[in-house]
Amino acid sequence: MHIIESGNVAAAYGVNLARAQVIAAYPITPQTPLTEKLSELVDAGEMNAQYIPVESEHSALSVCIAASSAGSRAFTATSANGLLYMNEQLHWAAGARLPIVMCVVNRGIGAPWTVWNDHQDAISQRDTGWMQLYACDHQQIIDTVIQAYYLAETVSIPVMVCYDGYILSHTYMPFEIPDAKTVDMFLPPFTPAYALEPSNPANLNTVTLPDIRPDVRGNMAPAYMEIRHNLHMDMREAIDVVADIDKKFKKTFKRGGNPYIEPYRCDDADFVAICLGSLSYQLRDVIDLLRDEGLPVGVMGLRLFRPFPDQAIAGALSGRKCVIVFEKALSYGNQGALYADIKSALYPCKSRPIVHNYILGLGGREIKTAQLIEALRKSCKKPKEIGDTPVWIGLKL
Amino acid sequence: MNPKDQNKYEEPNMVDTPLHHPLDDLLRTDRIPHIWCPGCGIGTAFSACLQAMRTSGLDLEKTVMVSGIGCSGRGAGYVKLDSYHTTHGRAIPFATGMKLANPDLNVVVFSGDGDLFAIGGNHFIHAARRNMALTVVCVNNFTYGMTGGQVAATTPYQAKTTTTPRGNHEAPFNLPLLAYASGATLIARWTILHARDLTECLKQALQHSGFSFVEILSPCPVNYGRRNRQSALDMLKMFQDKCIIQNNASPADLEMDFAKRIVLGKFVHVQRPTCIETYDKTCRLADFSKGKAA
Repeated sequence: MHIIESGNVAAAYGVNLARAQVIAAYPITPQTPLTEKLSELVDAGEMNAQYIPVESEHSALSVCIAASSAGSRAFTATSANGLLYMNEQLHWAAGARLPIVMCVVNRGIGAPWTVWNDHQDAISQRDTGWMQLYACDHQQIIDTVIQAYYLAETVSIPVMVCYDGYILSHTYMPFEIPDAKTVDMFLPPFTPAYALEPSNPANLNTVTLPDIRPDVRGNMAPAYMEIRHNLHMDMREAIDVVADIDKKFKKTFKRGGNPYIEPYRCDDADFVAICLGSLSYQLRDVIDLLRDEGLPVGVMGLRLFRPFPDQAIAGALSGRKCVIVFEKALSYGNQGALYADIKSALYPCKSRPIVHNYILGLGGREIKTAQLIEALRKSCKKPKEIGDTPVWIGLKL
Repeated sequence: MNPKDQNKYEEPNMVDTPLHHPLDDLLRTDRIPHIWCPGCGIGTAFSACLQAMRTSGLDLEKTVMVSGIGCSGRGAGYVKLDSYHTTHGRAIPFATGMKLANPDLNVVVFSGDGDLFAIGGNHFIHAARRNMALTVVCVNNFTYGMTGGQVAATTPYQAKTTTTPRGNHEAPFNLPLLAYASGATLIARWTILHARDLTECLKQALQHSGFSFVEILSPCPVNYGRRNRQSALDMLKMFQDKCIIQNNASPADLEMDFAKRIVLGKFVHVQRPTCIETYDKTCRLADFSKGKAA
């Protein structure tokens, strides 16, 4: 069924189709309409779940951690400072290997206050051990939420589904709601790797020592470093799992096919723009205009940020003349986090392109077509004139 | 002069003559118009607070206002004093830091129920326990107004909100009882309808040496009232009909139930040493005298 609704409602329908059992959330702009919709579905009896209107984001994720530990499919959503307030529990959920799914409706973080969109919230939580998927439109939001549960439960690692605040969360677009029975076939009920069970009591995530030691049964138990190593290795393996899930999803729902990178007019492109989120779809219009001028340029939207699909990135970008990384976030004191990751992925390549970094749209600063055209024109025509330092677009000092 | 002319009503020239609000000197008028909706009670609560500040005799040069996040949290942005708009729930710890850094300051926390008692609830009970010399003014509009009216820790039982479309199944806080149990030394509750009593009470709260707490009940017609079929006037009528004033009432008898009655008044006004006094007595002066003795 096709409907026209907001990105937040698309996410809510995805959560409903995934049959999440416990939802805990706290209001924060621009996420709020998503969890309002979920509470409506629960109260109307359309969704068989517990909705818990907790008193803070820290509590929201704590509830999800407990629900997931007890074997339930758990969901929460937040934005900006709400995500930062969860920080302690983010690390905990990943370390405890709980397949929670959370929508992060991207918004800039304070101080000073902003409610508008950029990616600093999710990017600043890059190293918490959560996987991060980015959606570019409403269809991708609903599809990615369903896929995210599959991914999280396959590798026992939590997943953030990130989409742009206001630009996607509050705009209306047509999208297809997949058929519930088909989703049930695609995504079987959650069977936890382990769960709290009164008949077989367990004490989870107790204190570890620096070195391995025998457990109560005399078996050598992994220590902190081993547990963290396993998290990393499983997350690296998740890169292939993402592709497998995409393949299965495409077979079932006839959508997808680009699990890591969504290319647009890139086949013969010497110059490739790359970015996260809805900006890559906005850039498609800019690419068309530049193609009309005869510039061999294309754009790639990165769907998976953590784990970082470095091989796919290297494969897609090596041999190009120049790669232009547009970012709505910054690793302060250095450069864009995505820019640094892309350069690092390209380092082993024989034919390394020049890479440029543009910072734009922080705190919702309007991104104008003319600015993108100017930046790309400059990067294409005089690639050697732009150095390694990030260039800020639309800055008014 | 023709007496007829004398009685002639002259239309005020709205364009050329700016109308002054009596509290303009305490307002950042460049930020007006404010964000509060028509029928909202925060403006009245804010006005009462500013009026109380002016008449309290406090040195306003040494008075600061701290707010958290939410509609009431905008207070700090509109007052023309040193003010701080903090992160969600953290107005009280920011205020505590200010007071400890400079005990000469009069520190007023002006924020909402969601900010002070849900995400920031922990800070309230500890500041009250310490008898930290702050004035905490809480505008209680029974909901998270700024995000569109979700269920809060103060939402009445069975009230409808965007996250409880079939009614709230949880019980709301009795805030004066919480304040009492935590150790607050001045505790009061008024509504925005009782503006004079409220202003007088806020004045006493500002002059109080310890932790003072004033709860102000206020309508939120747009995001709370609309879902419960209550206009701003309906809510004020309810404040008139259902509220009784009972000073020194037991905090245990102050539960929020509009079906029965709501008790207003000043319930607690006692003196006990403030956090800074006990700190000085225990840590500073003791060390000093020991040093002297040695």
